[in-house]
Amino acid sequence: MDQRFTLKVNGKNRTVEADPDTPLLYVLRNDIGLNNPHFGCGLAQCGACTVHFNGQPIRSCVTPVSAVGDGKILTLAGLGTPEKPHPLQKAYIEEEVPQCGYCINGWIMTAAAFLRDKKKPTDAEIRSALEGLKCRCGTHVAILRAVKRAAAMMG
Amino acid sequence: MTRHEKSTTFSRRSLLRAGGALVVSIGAPITLDTARAAGDAIAASVKPPLMPDQLSSYIAVNADGTISAFFGKMDMGQGLFVAVGQIVAEELDVPFKSVKVFMGDTASSVNQGGASGSTGLQQGGKQMRVAAAEARRVLVEMAADKLGIPADELTVTDGIVHAKSDATKSVSYADLIGGRYFNVQLDWNKKYGNPLYAPGKAQPKDPKEHKIVGQPIRREDIAPKVFAQENFCTDIKVPGMVHARMIRPTVAGAVPVKVDEASIKDIPTATVVWDKGFLGVVADREWDAIKASQQLNVEWSAAAPPFPSQAALYDHIRSASPRKREVEPKEAGNVDDAFKTAARVIEAEYEWPFQSHSSMGPACSLVEIKDGHVTCWSGTQKSHFVRAGIAAILNMPEDNVHVIWTPGPGSYGRNDADDAAMDAAVLAKAVGKPVRLQYMRNQGTGWDPKGPASIHKARVALDAQGNVIAYDFLSKGFSRVDVDTNGSKPYDTLAGQTLGVDLKSGDGFGVPAESYAFANKRTAWETIAPLLDRASPLRSSHLRDPVGPQIHFASESFMDEVAAALNMDAIAFRLRYIKDARDAAVIKAAAEKAGWQTRPSPHKGQTGDKVSGRGIAYAQRNGTRVAMIAEVDVDRRNGKIHVRKFTVAHDCGQIINPDGIRMTVEGNIVQGVSRTLWEEVKFSQKNVTSVDWMTYPILDITETPEEIDVVLINHPEIAPSGAGEPSSRPVAAAIANAIFDATGVRIRRVPFSPDHVKAALS
Repeated sequence: MDQRFTLKVNGKNRTVEADPDTPLLYVLRNDIGLNNPHFGCGLAQCGACTVHFNGQPIRSCVTPVSAVGDGKILTLAGLGTPEKPHPLQKAYIEEEVPQCGYCINGWIMTAAAFLRDKKKPTDAEIRSALEGLKCRCGTHVAILRAVKRAAAMMG
Repeated sequence: MTRHEKSTTFSRRSLLRAGGALVVSIGAPITLDTARAAGDAIAASVKPPLMPDQLSSYIAVNADGTISAFFGKMDMGQGLFVAVGQIVAEELDVPFKSVKVFMGDTASSVNQGGASGSTGLQQGGKQMRVAAAEARRVLVEMAADKLGIPADELTVTDGIVHAKSDATKSVSYADLIGGRYFNVQLDWNKKYGNPLYAPGKAQPKDPKEHKIVGQPIRREDIAPKVFAQENFCTDIKVPGMVHARMIRPTVAGAVPVKVDEASIKDIPTATVVWDKGFLGVVADREWDAIKASQQLNVEWSAAAPPFPSQAALYDHIRSASPRKREVEPKEAGNVDDAFKTAARVIEAEYEWPFQSHSSMGPACSLVEIKDGHVTCWSGTQKSHFVRAGIAAILNMPEDNVHVIWTPGPGSYGRNDADDAAMDAAVLAKAVGKPVRLQYMRNQGTGWDPKGPASIHKARVALDAQGNVIAYDFLSKGFSRVDVDTNGSKPYDTLAGQTLGVDLKSGDGFGVPAESYAFANKRTAWETIAPLLDRASPLRSSHLRDPVGPQIHFASESFMDEVAAALNMDAIAFRLRYIKDARDAAVIKAAAEKAGWQTRPSPHKGQTGDKVSGRGIAYAQRNGTRVAMIAEVDVDRRNGKIHVRKFTVAHDCGQIINPDGIRMTVEGNIVQGVSRTLWEEVKFSQKNVTSVDWMTYPILDITETPEEIDVVLINHPEIAPSGAGEPSSRPVAAAIANAIFDATGVRIRRVPFSPDHVKAALS
């Protein structure tokens, strides 16, 4: 049975009606019209659906909408804008990281939370923070360059 | 508009209008003769037919003087459209920023073959270059008429044609033709696809004059991606659209015999589409379609398990009768006779598993059928071919089918995209509504067409002095075109195969691409029949650099084995026999950049659990040459390989955009390392069991090389060949050779996962 949920997404309240079991991913994409989290696996294995939940990266493909409550959801579209980009978005553009680009929610949203909490990370710390995320085009070395560039910007 | 690659929202006509008023045609279409007679040469207000022999099929000058380039190939994420824009801008003498490249829309581009075999620039760019050159020639001729100055006294700067002697005597491209169409015939070779070529009378520029070509111009599609403004094919929605999922059998080859629709009656709007082996569900909401696909009770036919056990795969390949055999090129000398005179024979056999495209997201397509016309949004590599496939499976004229290429969730060959487009078309017809179909992860990995598994036998004959007198190389495996490289024929797609069309499995493999000059030399391949002929999760087709990694893993590992057997340095051995100067040059460039020390392998005297090694491999690919040196660390205790660094020297003739090549090579290396160290499609006798990222692991960022050092060799005088795939092919051999250098142990089976390596070391 559908229920009504009011979600806090990218700073706005969004009311939707959905089956409580529906993963947040489909609610964001189909009911709220935020296409940026992508379906990659539906199994929390790849990261393409990553959003922030109260500042922490979660996999929206396995998070039921009913579990969100009044937690704050932030998607890639809410992280920054062309006018006011997040340092990672800036670094991604400067390093021309994406190839197909389908994976970037996982990398950018995970790295954004990591860099917020960890200043001047080492290469090993960056790799460890991003472990498990998938990129099938093999842009890994460019991703590492961009995260290091963003880390430098964030001091 | 900054999104050069998109054409979903701008039809060609609206685009021409967008730049200014479209000149309205009066009466009959203007022919070339009447236009010329009117002193308005070669410009038409009515669009000539979208045919390869029309200049208007490639180039348009908009009313504001910007240029639209219509490209019948598409970019899979390597920035191809930037390079094409550079070529067009260069030939037309317009600023790069004024060129927009529209890719892969069947309504605005002719069939140039789609993304295919690294031919984006080699063949697609070549055509765009001659088309743009012809457009410039024609525009200068029009300006000569208008200004009353002979054409050879005119030149072009930033889209303004002016007298060489007096820049004030000028007219712009926009004033000459802006908003109208070229009505100029090209000399088309009557071929479609990759070989399509239709030059005009103009000669392209001498590369010495190039100012835009060769520059590291940046991609403008990055920002829309990182700000989430990019529409992937997964994001397209149309009114009235429903969501679909397909249902595949648990035993490959089984077909539904009973489908219990009541089992999903509690799911709102869920309906079943079932026809023979084709089974899908649709629902208004995506989650409902997913639930229905999981909840539907299906009774399947009792199909016999079609596959050998995984452990028996290579024995199966060895013992299967070849369906086709080819020696390519012709045998040099007489190999069998030469082996009879050998003082010493060295031989080895190598094995490569099935591999999956496993694109980042499973394929997705949206198909709308309205008033007898079909519109399909797809991330396919080959939209024009998908148009033909949809027309065939829906029994409609091709002209009534419009395929709009929209970037998909990654593509590395013939992945699951074409299957999804065809399935969506069948579903859309069945339910009478627009259908958006996305496969699930287990289908994206488990049911995509696979890169073929193969074995490779190599042997050389040596004389008493250790000279190679004969070389014999044979690949044997599943065909690279069991299902063809595109979805133009229903029998090459799951939709056609599940609906029972007659089958037609193709045969193709390949041979090593190198220039070792052995007096007696035979390189050959044999293909065997698929394990299951219809709707098989192990059907084989093109995976990035089709069969290149397999073949060159074997051939370049083997060259190393011979060098080691002769106690020779691996590069010195290669250079002794390589006859092509560009081949030798890439090897030397890689060696110099990597600081290669001349000595035989293995690297003796290393003690301890962790040892290091370096390995070289090289290959050609349709004109491109690439050599690479891998530096690896091997942990003897657990068999873990860490690829620390790759040094790659790359020569693809003229460089159009060096940054584009560099990033493409980096992707090839990382993907190649992944395929070498981890990737193997697992299967039981019933079905593929690699169904997600746990069961089909790929390289993790924690295992990524610290450095990929790319040396680009530019030959402006040589027409560009491809960069999309060549640097994939030597990766596995370079790593295998480095492992041998480190350990003295030869690994002859991919993947080099820790358990395989540990077993080999013990």
